[in-house]
Amino acid sequence: MTSGAHTEVTVSPSGAGGPEKALLRFLTCGSVDDGKSTLIGRLLYDTQLVLEDQLTVLERDSRKHGTTGEELDLALLVDGLQAEREQGITIDVAYRYFSTQRRAFIVADTPGHEQYTRNMATGASNCQAAVILIDARKGVLTQTRRHSYICSLLGIKHVVLAVNKIDLVDFSGERFHHIVADYLGFAKALEFSSITPIPLSARYGDNVIRRSEHMRWYEGPTLIEHLESLDVEEEIEEKPFRFPVQWVNRPDLDFRGFSGTVASGRVRPGDRVVVAGSGRESTVSRIVTADGDLAEACAGDAVTLTLADEVDVARGDVLAQADSRPEVVDQFAAQVLWMIEEPMLPGRSYLMRIGTRFVPARITSLKHKTDVNTLEHIAAKTLQLNEIGFCNLGTATPVAFDPYAENRETGAFVLIDRFTHATAGAGMISFGLRRATNIHRQALLVDKTARARLNGHRPAILWFTGLSGSGKSTIANIVERELHALGAHTYMLDGDNVRHGLNRDLGFTDADRVENIRRVGEVARLFVDAGAIVLCSFISPFRAERRMVRELVDAGEFVEVFVDTPIEECKRRDPKGLYARALEGKIKNFTGIDSPYEPPESPEVVLETRDGPEQAARRVLDALREQHIITY
Amino acid sequence: MTTTTTLSRTQLSQHLKRLESESIGILREVVAEFRNPVMLYSIGKDSGVMLHLALKAFYPSKPPFPLLHIDTTWKFRDMIRHRDEVAARYGLKLLVHTNPEGLARGINPITSGSQLHTQVMKTEALKQALDKWGFDAAFGGARRDEEKSRAKERIFSFRSAGHVWDPRNQRPELWSLFNTKISKGETIRVFPLSNWTELDIWQYTRAESIPVVPLYFAAPRPVLERDGQLIMRDDERLPLRPGESLQMRMVRFRSLGCYPLSAAIESTATTLDDIIAEMLATRTSERSGRLIDSDEAASMEKKKRDGYF
Repeated sequence: MTSGAHTEVTVSPSGAGGPEKALLRFLTCGSVDDGKSTLIGRLLYDTQLVLEDQLTVLERDSRKHGTTGEELDLALLVDGLQAEREQGITIDVAYRYFSTQRRAFIVADTPGHEQYTRNMATGASNCQAAVILIDARKGVLTQTRRHSYICSLLGIKHVVLAVNKIDLVDFSGERFHHIVADYLGFAKALEFSSITPIPLSARYGDNVIRRSEHMRWYEGPTLIEHLESLDVEEEIEEKPFRFPVQWVNRPDLDFRGFSGTVASGRVRPGDRVVVAGSGRESTVSRIVTADGDLAEACAGDAVTLTLADEVDVARGDVLAQADSRPEVVDQFAAQVLWMIEEPMLPGRSYLMRIGTRFVPARITSLKHKTDVNTLEHIAAKTLQLNEIGFCNLGTATPVAFDPYAENRETGAFVLIDRFTHATAGAGMISFGLRRATNIHRQALLVDKTARARLNGHRPAILWFTGLSGSGKSTIANIVERELHALGAHTYMLDGDNVRHGLNRDLGFTDADRVENIRRVGEVARLFVDAGAIVLCSFISPFRAERRMVRELVDAGEFVEVFVDTPIEECKRRDPKGLYARALEGKIKNFTGIDSPYEPPESPEVVLETRDGPEQAARRVLDALREQHIITY
Repeated sequence: MTTTTTLSRTQLSQHLKRLESESIGILREVVAEFRNPVMLYSIGKDSGVMLHLALKAFYPSKPPFPLLHIDTTWKFRDMIRHRDEVAARYGLKLLVHTNPEGLARGINPITSGSQLHTQVMKTEALKQALDKWGFDAAFGGARRDEEKSRAKERIFSFRSAGHVWDPRNQRPELWSLFNTKISKGETIRVFPLSNWTELDIWQYTRAESIPVVPLYFAAPRPVLERDGQLIMRDDERLPLRPGESLQMRMVRFRSLGCYPLSAAIESTATTLDDIIAEMLATRTSERSGRLIDSDEAASMEKKKRDGYF
């Protein structure tokens, strides 16, 4: 039993005067092998936050579970739940608290393996900085890239590159500089505002709290010095005022206040505000707190506002600066991280929480997913647990938001499974799609139907899909010639031609293929609107994109023509010599060779090889007559 | 260290202001989303801060939920007195529940052992009370810095039907976008003080002049030494073992529970300033005086799985 008379504390918690730095929340990323838990254990131990009785338990546990032989295993200080202590892994996000004289810290200790991407994202969502661990012996690894990408995606601006276990490479400056150069080369694209590399040894404490005597060549700060001085004075207070209403405070008939936490910006009595959804404006009359009315409230303050006018305001509404409003839309594009075992299904209804609002929402399309290891874009139809995808979403009613890159508070959402209530996905909004519902489309006097009447036929997209060399363009050309002869208005969009102009910036990765088809689909839709029969001849290997184009136009206006020529036949024909070069490895991502082709499930027309081009074209024309697109 | 004891709100440190706002946001969120919330009031310093935050969160309304105290009948008499005073002062509804079966079976911390006593008189009693009044959300004053398995606790801790806590089935909490949706029979325990440390609690208590049970301050008290711990004999129910004797010692408590299970520390700290100064110098963790935690390193995790707060 201690009497409390000891005074050996060298680093005491804050509150003892001096210029105060605001609380810093940072996360540590790295896998257990990188020494992440050891680093946090070291921070707690060296800031004297490990107390006598905890030390006794630690000594006992070190003998039982430890991996450091006779020494204290500091990692055991932080690995909390029984299961992970026994397996030697960190499976959840743990929060640690320590402070120095200059600053209080909250550490989100997150697991590093790919299967815990969601845990890392969870930790990152509330952090201002990240400490990314690298094992000095191993250098920049796939996981380093993954951790950095997730930090960047979640909007973290400040990164510490902790090159750990520097003792195991003889405290080599050369090794350190090599790793740093390697990392900076890769991290350029991630738009961090600061990257601070620090060589350290968590196990022995070098450059964590105590400056290392083994690395005279290193003149930068220790980890704690850097964290203490890191400026995260976010411009969040300078951003436009946003106030998601959390609770309507109505103690009696005379008082009606709106309680909530200022998400961004600042507010003073007299400020003009708008209810973002309805567009109704009013003036802030009071900022009420239990400690008296305030002259101003800033981002992060939990207050109660009263308004000068009787406007309709409820939980879920956003009060915003009247002259700088958030977007209000029911369709937007966002990065979505999937967090449950059951895959994300486009079209399924989830409950979206954005701010204080719950609203039914669907993912209308998944444009691509991102490989968290290579950052490559990959076409996909669903997201599995821990996968990140770029999606379009639609909500049942319009919601107010700011892009996540501009405002983390008003640009983030979660998706909740409507049956299990599990938190299924987390999203960061990139931009609105259908710009503001209050912009009305110009009513058109001449529409598609009117043009069709004049043309004497209905407009349509004839979508020819199939492998390279299957004969798509040949057949499409004959079909167009015949249609023209019949007096139909036609236009041909051909893969090669489009790629020379409109899409010349696109390559052949899956993501670019998706974008290629998206653009072609939009152009085709305009032609349909103009009343034409537009023939599109594209390999278009993915069902999702063909479906996307199909959904752009009205039912019956999309005719999918599958030119089903077997790959052997295509290779034999090889009219442009492409297969030969792909097989030699000179062309990457070639459909049918090293990139997949997904055959249509229910195309309107299937053309087989034995048909020959003229016969095939006739079958297409017959199909158009059956669908009443042409009547002659 | 400053010695002022009447700091007003504007002098709260940035750090405490942030913690205060975060907690107020959590309290409001529960009231806005749940049908029938309750605040577990355990009378200690953390409960004191939590209640103070609730008074602020809903001002000028009163906190729109009752307080619930699970009375094991073994709390310090000072605690019960403080509890009744606080409820009366703020005009709050106070519900008190004791496990009737446990009482009938004569479960007590002395002869039944701390584990059984805690299981029956605290954990079971709490579940009974939540079921009895049909609460769907319960605030607790637990902090993540108290104990290792608490470090991973969510702010909104999900309990399936039967109050079961499954550490593998907790919801990720991103940003402050809490998932408050539950199905019938499921409940949520909410910890508004998750991100506070023990030092934060005391500094805030001082800054806001929050009343605390006098047992936190050092005073001469009748204690006996048992298994290396100082136990205060609060009433006649605690029998002396052979060789034990009561001595008046200058002691205080860092953590309050059932009196036979709460060890005192020797101290001369008679003011909040003294307590904070003592804390900054101390080398023992707060829960070391809690006799119920020390059986095994993961004992808190086990108790939580059973439904303990």
